[in-house]
Amino acid sequence: MTIFIIRRLLQSVLVLCFMSLLVFVGVYAIGNPVDILINPQADQADIERAIAALGLDKPLAEQYLIFLKQALAGDLGKSFAYNIPAIQLILERMPATLELALAATGMAVLLGIPLGLWAGLAPDSWAGKLIMTGSILGFSLPTFWVGLMLIMLFAVELGWLPSSGRGPTTELLGVALSFLSWEGIRHLILPATNLALFKLSLIIRLTRAGTREALLQDYVKFARAKGLSNARVVGVHVLKNIMIPIVTVIGLEFGSVIAFAIVTESIFAWPGMGKLIIDSINVLDRPVIVAYLLVIVSLFILINLAVDIVYSLLDPRVRISEAKG
Amino acid sequence: MVVQQARLAVASLICAALSLTGTPSAAAAELRIGLGADVTSLDPHFLNVAPNNNAAWHVFDALVHVDANARLAPGLAVSWRAIDPITWEFKLRKGVKFHDGSDFTAEDVVFSLERAATLAASPGPFASFVKPITAKEIIDPWTIRFKTAAPYAMLPYDLDSIFIVSKKAAAGATTENFNSGKAAVGTGPYKLVRFARGERIELARNDAYWGRQNGKLAAWDKVTLRILPADTARIAALLAGDLDAIENIPTADLTRLNTNAHLRLEQKVSWRTLFLHMDQYREHPPHLSDKSGRPLAKNPFKDARVRLALSKAINRRAIVERVMEGYAIAAGNLVSPPVFGHVDALKPETYDPAAAKKLLAEAGFPDGFALTLYAPNDRYVNDEQVAQALAQMLARVGIQTRVETMPASVYFAKARAGEFAFALLGWGSFSGDLALRALLATPNADKGYGAWNWGRYSNPKVDALLEQGFATPDEAKREALARAAASLALKDVPVILLHHQLASWAMKKSIAYIPRTDEYTFAHDFRPK
Repeated sequence: MTIFIIRRLLQSVLVLCFMSLLVFVGVYAIGNPVDILINPQADQADIERAIAALGLDKPLAEQYLIFLKQALAGDLGKSFAYNIPAIQLILERMPATLELALAATGMAVLLGIPLGLWAGLAPDSWAGKLIMTGSILGFSLPTFWVGLMLIMLFAVELGWLPSSGRGPTTELLGVALSFLSWEGIRHLILPATNLALFKLSLIIRLTRAGTREALLQDYVKFARAKGLSNARVVGVHVLKNIMIPIVTVIGLEFGSVIAFAIVTESIFAWPGMGKLIIDSINVLDRPVIVAYLLVIVSLFILINLAVDIVYSLLDPRVRISEAKG
Repeated sequence: MVVQQARLAVASLICAALSLTGTPSAAAAELRIGLGADVTSLDPHFLNVAPNNNAAWHVFDALVHVDANARLAPGLAVSWRAIDPITWEFKLRKGVKFHDGSDFTAEDVVFSLERAATLAASPGPFASFVKPITAKEIIDPWTIRFKTAAPYAMLPYDLDSIFIVSKKAAAGATTENFNSGKAAVGTGPYKLVRFARGERIELARNDAYWGRQNGKLAAWDKVTLRILPADTARIAALLAGDLDAIENIPTADLTRLNTNAHLRLEQKVSWRTLFLHMDQYREHPPHLSDKSGRPLAKNPFKDARVRLALSKAINRRAIVERVMEGYAIAAGNLVSPPVFGHVDALKPETYDPAAAKKLLAEAGFPDGFALTLYAPNDRYVNDEQVAQALAQMLARVGIQTRVETMPASVYFAKARAGEFAFALLGWGSFSGDLALRALLATPNADKGYGAWNWGRYSNPKVDALLEQGFATPDEAKREALARAAASLALKDVPVILLHHQLASWAMKKSIAYIPRTDEYTFAHDFRPK
């Protein structure tokens, strides 16, 4: 297990290096932030001086080597547009995004698995059919449209919930969290629902399909024949066996929620990392783009690792070994 | 992008929301404004971009202010004059206090100018505004003299851009010290309470503020500037009553907001003018050919008749009314009507496709030619749609036009590298001669002329008039020279002028705003009605 984790981490370092190189080449090919941010009155000399002050006049290879050297010392550079360390910029936005992602994923899991089970156990009941129809809507309606509808209905028309933004934050162990106050939760409800909808539908459908399949398996029939209670058959024999695909999807979706919650964050003006990366790409703020992607790739690596470990806990046949890498 | 689609969706939804009941406003003394762009830093000398300056103007002052009509007005300096051709004397306002209670003096001015000059590693530094100053001389605590190497009339204009910080609070301060509020000690109408990056700026009224409107202080004890770059979020927050006012309204939503019984709209012609640059220096500019794709024998843009023909082919009224939904003004000048150096006699070119065809034939292009029009798609109001409309109009006189748009981040680097022969640019300037210097003066890196003259139009007479104007401290004389230079240059159709944008603000019926040509949104210019 330890060797497995170490190997994984070593591979990750390679991935991170490659990714930073890609971003460097990509941003270099597009241009530099001075062309976008310099004031209109600046003359040619001012422009050249600003480019040189940011070190953007150097050849690409040299810029990358300087970055690598500083990165090894733990310094990912200062944001061009914010003039503060890029990593600090990302970390200060991270609680907002994690909070939103956790709330959305939590909603999706807590509602999705029971609903999916229900739909799987009673596929022909009206409730089962309703759940499945609802999940089709959750799949097919575009996120931004649903977000706008939620705002129009609950904020503009009914005035129950705030239209956008994050509520007041409270410091907990040095992390600014908003869900500890009622006002904060009120701000969180709409964006989290918006973000959860797609994942909820996904989990419902996965759970239902898995349940239907598992119910036909011999071991379920055997368990029933043995006279086990329905609750034990469903809760242990069915549920545990269908969890592997569901855990995989939850893991992947959690990662993608963190990295790509941009649509929801934009519509609800949620001050998370997704908004930051779009702003940074717009002004070619390379240190932030690089640092952001490094953070996101690291997160994905960690989530995948966690998923693999959960597999082995769920299914004793799965063994994490060195050979599997 | 998805967000843009979302914008359309919200436009159609506002209709449904018109019936909404206004939520009772918060305590009358609090104002919540939705800003349309991110404020990256509260260090007023770090990055010279409009959103940052907008926030800084609440906390800080400059020696020279700009009024709602984009004209200079006294700020921390009560008066200024050129005492000899290379020396400017500024009389400072007496009795002004910083937010920490300390006195404002000439020392703070010198410190601020030096800080702005030396803060490096910024993609948009302020250094160009203080570069002309070769020496600063403090005569007494309220009199300061600036020397320049050559006669330089633009110094008061440049000093509008340099915010004055407290020497005591800001000595050795970093950008982070300003963001945290420690060094953000100014003389402005509001004190900084909290800066939550990417989210909001909280301000409290400075009760000792020197500048009053009709003898009154700013109307609001507390101000929250919320950062809401997504148009949909900003508009929804106003409709939901979470905000009292917002800036930068998409044209698609203006009419609907205007008819909402709970809201009012304030508008003003913006200083931003849109126009097309044409390559007038290369024999064979890129993306220019005959209709079958073969290279042209000569560069048609070098012929003034072709440039005039293209200008006559454009129906500016249709663009203003259809594409801009009435929220723009057809342009006959590089600068918009209230701005220094605007020439009233210069009218927008009349739409005359027949004359355009005739001119093209005279110039040797009876069958027209083919070109690519480049435009950004996220920089100006409806920029992409404007480009599409232009292409159709040009096609009608035989100019086969392909439109290519791209994000500003890609666009400006390519444009500066000379990759476009026909390209859209928008420009905001608070003086006609400054606009001419950047856009139409013969490019000359040593003099700093023509830095944005993508088409490299060149007219030595225009350059001479500009140079003469920049050495003339007398405002009236300089304005006459600026007008002469503009008239002379625009006679050659060096660029195709399109329109001036309108800036818009929407707010609750119960408050009013003094709209500004420079598009800034100032909490202290909002008043209860």
